[in-house]
Amino acid sequence: MAVAVDNLNNKPTQPVSSTLRFAFGNVLAFVILLLIGVLAFSIRLFSVIKYESVIHEFDPYFNYRVTQFLTKNGIYDFWNWFDDRTWYPLGRVIGGTVYPGLTLTAGTIWKVLQSLNIPLSVETVCVFTAPVFSAFASWAAYLLTKEVKGTGAGLTAAVLLAMVPSYISRSVAGSYDNEAVAIFALIFTFYLYVKTLNTGSLFYATLNSIAYFYMVCSWGGYTFIINLIPMHVLLCIVTGRYSSRLYIAYAPLVVLGTLLAALVPVVGFNAVMTSEHFASFLVFIVIHVVALAYYIKGILSPKMFKVAATLVVSVGLVVCCAVVAVLVAVVASSPTKGWSGRSLSLLDPTYASKYIPIIASVSEHQPPTWPSYFMDLNVLAFLVPAGIIACFSPLSDASSFVILYLVMSVYFSGVMVRLMLVLAPAACIMSGIALSEAFDVFTRSIKYYITNLSESLQIDAGDTVPGNNAAPQIDVLKNDKKEDSLKERPSRKNKKKEKEIEKPSVKSKTEKKPLVLPVEASFFALFLTVLLGGFYVVHSVWAAAEAYSAPSIVLTSHSHDGLHVFDDFREAYAWLSHNTEVDDKVASWWDYGYQTTAMANRTVIVDNNTWNNTHIATVGTAMSSPEKAAWEIFNSLDVKYVLVVFGGLVGYPSDDINKFLWMVRIGGGVFPHIKEPDYLRDGQYRIDSQATPTMLNSLMYKLSYFRFVETDGGKGYDRVRRTEIGKKHFKLTRFEEVFTTHHWMVRIYKVKPQKNRIRGKTKKSKSKTSSATPRSGTIKKNPWH
Amino acid sequence: MARSGTTTKDDAHALFHSLRSAYSAIPTNLKIIDLYVVFAVLTALIQVVYMAIVGSFPFNSFLSGVLSCVGTAVLAVCLRIQVNKENKEFKDLPPERAFADFVLCNLVLHLVIMNFLG
Repeated sequence: MAVAVDNLNNKPTQPVSSTLRFAFGNVLAFVILLLIGVLAFSIRLFSVIKYESVIHEFDPYFNYRVTQFLTKNGIYDFWNWFDDRTWYPLGRVIGGTVYPGLTLTAGTIWKVLQSLNIPLSVETVCVFTAPVFSAFASWAAYLLTKEVKGTGAGLTAAVLLAMVPSYISRSVAGSYDNEAVAIFALIFTFYLYVKTLNTGSLFYATLNSIAYFYMVCSWGGYTFIINLIPMHVLLCIVTGRYSSRLYIAYAPLVVLGTLLAALVPVVGFNAVMTSEHFASFLVFIVIHVVALAYYIKGILSPKMFKVAATLVVSVGLVVCCAVVAVLVAVVASSPTKGWSGRSLSLLDPTYASKYIPIIASVSEHQPPTWPSYFMDLNVLAFLVPAGIIACFSPLSDASSFVILYLVMSVYFSGVMVRLMLVLAPAACIMSGIALSEAFDVFTRSIKYYITNLSESLQIDAGDTVPGNNAAPQIDVLKNDKKEDSLKERPSRKNKKKEKEIEKPSVKSKTEKKPLVLPVEASFFALFLTVLLGGFYVVHSVWAAAEAYSAPSIVLTSHSHDGLHVFDDFREAYAWLSHNTEVDDKVASWWDYGYQTTAMANRTVIVDNNTWNNTHIATVGTAMSSPEKAAWEIFNSLDVKYVLVVFGGLVGYPSDDINKFLWMVRIGGGVFPHIKEPDYLRDGQYRIDSQATPTMLNSLMYKLSYFRFVETDGGKGYDRVRRTEIGKKHFKLTRFEEVFTTHHWMVRIYKVKPQKNRIRGKTKKSKSKTSSATPRSGTIKKNPWH
Repeated sequence: MARSGTTTKDDAHALFHSLRSAYSAIPTNLKIIDLYVVFAVLTALIQVVYMAIVGSFPFNSFLSGVLSCVGTAVLAVCLRIQVNKENKEFKDLPPERAFADFVLCNLVLHLVIMNFLG
């Protein structure tokens, strides 16, 4: 802050009061950091206040279930857990396919609290993990920005990160997802990397690797780190900023980091075999070559070094070509060139929609719209360019790193809206730097004006210049400011002086003019900047309260007679858990898999992990087929109950009929007899009387609209699609409705068992079953067939 | 570029001699560290050759073996950088502190190796 910096320079003249002010500055910074932590925690509590302390969305329910298992059974069982309650005939190896960081963190917190005799339930710990870690993330952002620019910028960046809506959206109380701890790990790893870069200490390099390990445990986005840091190292080498601190910062991280990443079961040998990590190995080799070159340059005379260089270049080029050829051959042999599907869809945004419809169908994988940048970043969106310029003024290794981080995260946030979250810390850091520099200039101008007022008669050279008058001159040697660069350039060119104050040459420092603005302008600008901050705060609090606090498992609406609460999901899951057998299998679209296993405690066929495309396609085909074919498929999977979500009565737009086309596409991707044009009339998706017969006969239509006409006296008006439905009166032959929730949002059907006696045609002429016909053991085999 | 074949050879000889004389002028402790680095890299190479002959079945053992050698080599190079008196950036870092950092980092590295060795 301007105060502390000035006092540092004041030391020689007034030791006692300056150390006091220095200490005061430190205490102030500490108190501010504490308050920032409290702010970050509190702003995320809106959902707990407005609704209840409940876990939100879909993915957090899986994490919650895993955490429950961990706390109940201990870590060895968790590590070796094979879950047979999901992906029904296949099961899922939880120990090997989940990122354990979040679960282990929450489990450890719960364990520590239990040992201190603070009896918080696992659910409470899970709900509040995210706000606690966002407070930690703000402190990590403070540390990182302090390494780049100083304490003032650090505090500003921390307070911006505490409130940035993009980060709030993924870390409200109840959003128990990987990003809650991963963003903290990301910023902390970057802080330790920059600290190692600045100090060259191997101790921080070790800590950096351990922090990177925590990041690998927490989130699949760790590949961002392991590609960004090599890119930065390459940038430093190419721009001539190679130093031995760079080697110490990078080389141990690669070796230790790769080993630690391979320790996590999810990553395993991918740490050395997939293309996501090859960049780090390549730059590892490059930095060794460069280090050797610099070393030899240091011990040889220049002439000899030239000779060495020519020799090495001619030999090395041949070796390089050979190695590159081998590498290309190895990589080209794999069809995706060694990249995983998700990484490919990041590099080529059109990849997913062409080849992997499942990745394309997830709503968080869509590219963001322009307004979402302003909604999620608000004021930061235009403070960031100012920050970039401020970073360039003295370009150091640390500031070049932050600039690179920002540019890369802007690119990736443009590909996937979920990655706006990675952009948020970078934007906060940049804006913090910009704001802090602006405040520096304004307050310095005001101080300069005040000190000049107080000693308007003592414009003296050298001897009696008091400390705080020399301060603007000494500050001149520090960073240039963006606002002043405009004023400074003409003044340097034309040798014009600021105002009429002549600074006779005290030391060589007075060659530069003090970088100050006219005092009225600086007062006004200060006021405007504070107002800007006020707008940001208002927007962030509004976004946190209104836009991002909905738990999406409980819905509310305001009508003229008060607040309506739609708790249909939990109603349905509770019905399932109380009225069905423990071993019954429930089929639904994959969105609801995690919630069903966590809350209803029943085995599901597919869930949100979406690792098996064919299995999902089977369920999708079943939903798109007519009743009989769907019944065959469900019977082959031992399904007892089918669950559909229907929003037509209340106007809930994310129901299964709206998602139906994705079911068709995904099913059609694996089973070619499902063709999307069959379900569209003239390319339009409709469910009214103009819909195609395939659509009207599909299982999804029938299960959603069965008996729907009874709700509004025969019309069957669908509030979401805003039409009357096409087929109004029909009967279900193979399914039996067992439960519909209060607002008809969740409908559960039972799969009717095989009939004992078939009237009419025998089964032989109808045997066109696509899947195998083993019926479950409880149904009697008909001796007449 | 080379003027003719013989001058390249002479250049190579001159280069070799100057390298040799410059290298023998450095203090002994740095030479010891260099020897250690060369030993570690050689061990890693031997392991790679062995894997090429025998096959990589317990791949985690191979990885941990090779990476432990490469890891100690890298850490020894970092120690050398910090202990080298000609390095202006580290002139106020006491060599004991550098060695302590080296030991700590090696400890973490070998802990991970032991875990990963299988």
